[in-house]
Amino acid sequence: MPASKFGYTLSEPRVIDYEANNRQIAEYIFEHEPTFRLCIECGACAATCTAGQFMTFSLRELNVLLKRGENDIPRQRIKNCMFCGKCILVCPRGVNTRSVIFHAREAFRKTEGYERL
Amino acid sequence: MGKVVVIGGGVSGLEAAGQLARMGYRVTVTEKEDKTGGNVKNWYHLFPDRRDSKEIIEYLNKLTDHPDIQILTGKEITEISSDNGKFNVKSSDGTILEADAVVVATGFELFDSRRKEEYGYGIYDNVITSADLERMFRSGEVRLVNGKVPERAGFIHCVGSRDEKVGNYYCSKLCCVTAVKQAIEIQEKIPSLKTFCFYMDMRMGGAYYEELYREAQEKYGITFIRGKVSEISVNINGRLVVKAEDTLAGRPLRMELDMVVLMVGTEMPEGNLKLAALSSLKCGENRFFKPADNHFGSNLSGRKGIFYAGCCVAPMNITESISHARAAVSEVVNYLKTK
Repeated sequence: MPASKFGYTLSEPRVIDYEANNRQIAEYIFEHEPTFRLCIECGACAATCTAGQFMTFSLRELNVLLKRGENDIPRQRIKNCMFCGKCILVCPRGVNTRSVIFHAREAFRKTEGYERL
Repeated sequence: MGKVVVIGGGVSGLEAAGQLARMGYRVTVTEKEDKTGGNVKNWYHLFPDRRDSKEIIEYLNKLTDHPDIQILTGKEITEISSDNGKFNVKSSDGTILEADAVVVATGFELFDSRRKEEYGYGIYDNVITSADLERMFRSGEVRLVNGKVPERAGFIHCVGSRDEKVGNYYCSKLCCVTAVKQAIEIQEKIPSLKTFCFYMDMRMGGAYYEELYREAQEKYGITFIRGKVSEISVNINGRLVVKAEDTLAGRPLRMELDMVVLMVGTEMPEGNLKLAALSSLKCGENRFFKPADNHFGSNLSGRKGIFYAGCCVAPMNITESISHARAAVSEVVNYLKTK
């Protein structure tokens, strides 16, 4: 019988379990776009992002989640990028942000059959 | 010319003594330990260029190898008193040194990690301090207590710094860049290792520090996680489990590590607080000696003829300690000439 029938709900654990998580998407990006390592999470990319003004999309957030192997949110939201490339112009660390998103999509497609847009 | 007593035989004390002797003053250096060299002699490589600390020691030894410099080791100074412009520097063994001027260069000591019990230093075998890791580097091998090669290592920044719980509001300034340097070095010694740094802020405020940080990410693949570790425990497999908030992901994070390195901060040594109290020298809120003026008088104690050099006033790196010691010498010379 579902727990909700008892008037309770079950909460999913919020903790990032580094041992349980799969970081293959991040590893794929590291391999194909090594500047991915240089991100210091300043958020300039997200601040300038046009997509982020209208949709839930922050490359800064996706970067950190991918590196921890928390792939569910990036898998959904990475579709929102329009590849305009403004983020590359503002990154202080020289991360090729557009390429990061491209390779993230490639990694999802190759490993999980993510549909190419 | 005059006689100067320098209290402390670390970088600042020896630098001040050497420069004073070169200018023609007779100098006595007192050192509480049985060897000079202070904290730097316990270190392996220095940031940011990873120079061997032995080069610093050699430089200081050469500088102080002078007929007008007398070095007394195993001598802890307890009080500085003065009478008509002459100083009496008292030691715990009862001896008194006379001087025309005194340079206090008593430095700092490392935070005792056992005071942060939640990190398990002294409880869990593979929780070590940055100083322990330097010793391992010097011995040539970085191994776990059981002799195995670690697969994952974590560095915890700000242990004993920026922490009201241990009574230290201040930033120790040297530990962030030391963590980056050590992460690179451990990664070089064990290329298969995965290394993580848990930080509150990355304070890379020095020449070539930020470049070193960038190199750690780019060349060595070191992962930086923003969040202070709240506690360390051991799981059934004997691995260390760290709990932190990954503040950039906005989620709690749990991770297993084989080795944890605590980046210990700097503190005013207990003995110096007594020296300050008995000698009418003021200490600041950070407990270090409080100079007469932050900008124009950082070497002045507020008592004429007593001067400060180096980390006894605030955390400083070696470059700054040497500069501060040289500045102290110029104040001493000025004082003795116009006395």
